Amino acid sequence: MNPRTTIDHPDGDLDAILAGLADLGVTAPRKLAPAVLVATGAADAYAAVASPLGELFVAWNPRGVSAVTLATDPGAFEARHRAETGRRAHRAAALPDRLARSIARRIAGDRRTRIPLDLRGRGAFERAVWTKALEIPPGEVRPYAWIATEIGRPRAVRAVGTALGHNPVPLIVPCHRVVRSDGSIGQYSLGGPANKRALLASEGIDPDALEALGRAGTRYVGSDTTRIVCHPTCRNARRIRAGHRVPFRSLRDAAAAGYRACRVCRPAEAAA
Amino acid sequence: MDDPALTEALARDVDGAFEDLVLAHQDRLYTIALRVLGDPGDAEEAAQDAFVRAYRALGGYPPERIRTLALRSWLAAIVVNACRNRRRRIADRHPPRSLTPLLAGGFDPDDPAPSPETISARRGAAAQWANRLAALPRAQRTAVVLRHVDGLAYHEVAAALGVPDGTAKSHVHRGLARLRRIVEAEQSQARKELSA
Repeated sequence: MNPRTTIDHPDGDLDAILAGLADLGVTAPRKLAPAVLVATGAADAYAAVASPLGELFVAWNPRGVSAVTLATDPGAFEARHRAETGRRAHRAAALPDRLARSIARRIAGDRRTRIPLDLRGRGAFERAVWTKALEIPPGEVRPYAWIATEIGRPRAVRAVGTALGHNPVPLIVPCHRVVRSDGSIGQYSLGGPANKRALLASEGIDPDALEALGRAGTRYVGSDTTRIVCHPTCRNARRIRAGHRVPFRSLRDAAAAGYRACRVCRPAEAAA
Repeated sequence: MDDPALTEALARDVDGAFEDLVLAHQDRLYTIALRVLGDPGDAEEAAQDAFVRAYRALGGYPPERIRTLALRSWLAAIVVNACRNRRRRIADRHPPRSLTPLLAGGFDPDDPAPSPETISARRGAAAQWANRLAALPRAQRTAVVLRHVDGLAYHEVAAALGVPDGTAKSHVHRGLARLRRIVEAEQSQARKELSA
């Protein structure tokens, strides 16, 4: 229907008015669509953040943090983010203040800082692995097999390693605190094993000593006063005085010697 | 993507298709908000607010309801509401009537570096029409914007405003009549100045 025929003023004024009004369309500001998509969680924003490992890119939306990586070429980051999450990442000047403070506190080892995560689209198994890794306190490590047992999939040790390698939010989910059963440090997705060692060292763990212990065959440490056996970095194990420390190669050996498993670090044997 | 394709895509996957909805409708929602509110900063926030509300609403609708949505008038209703909410908050701060001439002159409190398109849009004939529109009472201005700037049919204007068709028509007609009087007053003023 032509709007001009609906009004019965015969003169040209009306045509001029309608033409004037029809010309009032404008183009939306360029930042409108990104702002909307970020506000709804349909797209993410990301910004560069300083960290002990160098500059990071942190992506987020109103649901939570969706990615943490070492800063790279923005185009490459945006393409990879889109491939992994299905969402576009729009560069922002900086993280929201509150989020920046929370992340800084978490990297500094404060586990009580709540940081919401957006892990939509990830599998239940991966989420279970990452959630379990969140329980490992700073300055302690657990083997891949421990996570597998704790989430009820004791045979899925290799899959646990793969899931941790795909951790989209390293540092926030502390996959650097998960090591191999033999005490060797293992791989790290955020720039390789050297970064993993540096992070553990910054939390008070000596990675070389940890690996030496593993090479000597020690998987667990018990106290001959309490008769409790722990992971070597458990806060209870670290309190054992040198004269009372008893190394074990396996939980079976410990059980045979009359030791029970620590209720804090819950040591578990790798499935055969 | 046209609206039937959009509603079908949204019915299947709101998150996946929402960006297409924003890209397809952002210019018109921003235009409606700008012509109703008069201020680019307020218009941007109202348009953003409208899309966020639309997203939340879509998330709660079953697919069969999304398929039957009349997207144009549905989104227009949401942005008109967003403008109403926004205006409540800004009514005392900067009424559109007094600010519009300043905006036409390039003044922008929210955006220190307006884009070339924004500047040119504020000048000339468009700015004149925007000023005349801003002089209309709110209900008439909103109805005229939906009908003659956005191009909705009367039944869509009525749906967007939540009023009967006849009320929507009457708002539009009165608004146009008032615009005509404004133009006539301007012309007689110009004639007086010429003959003086």
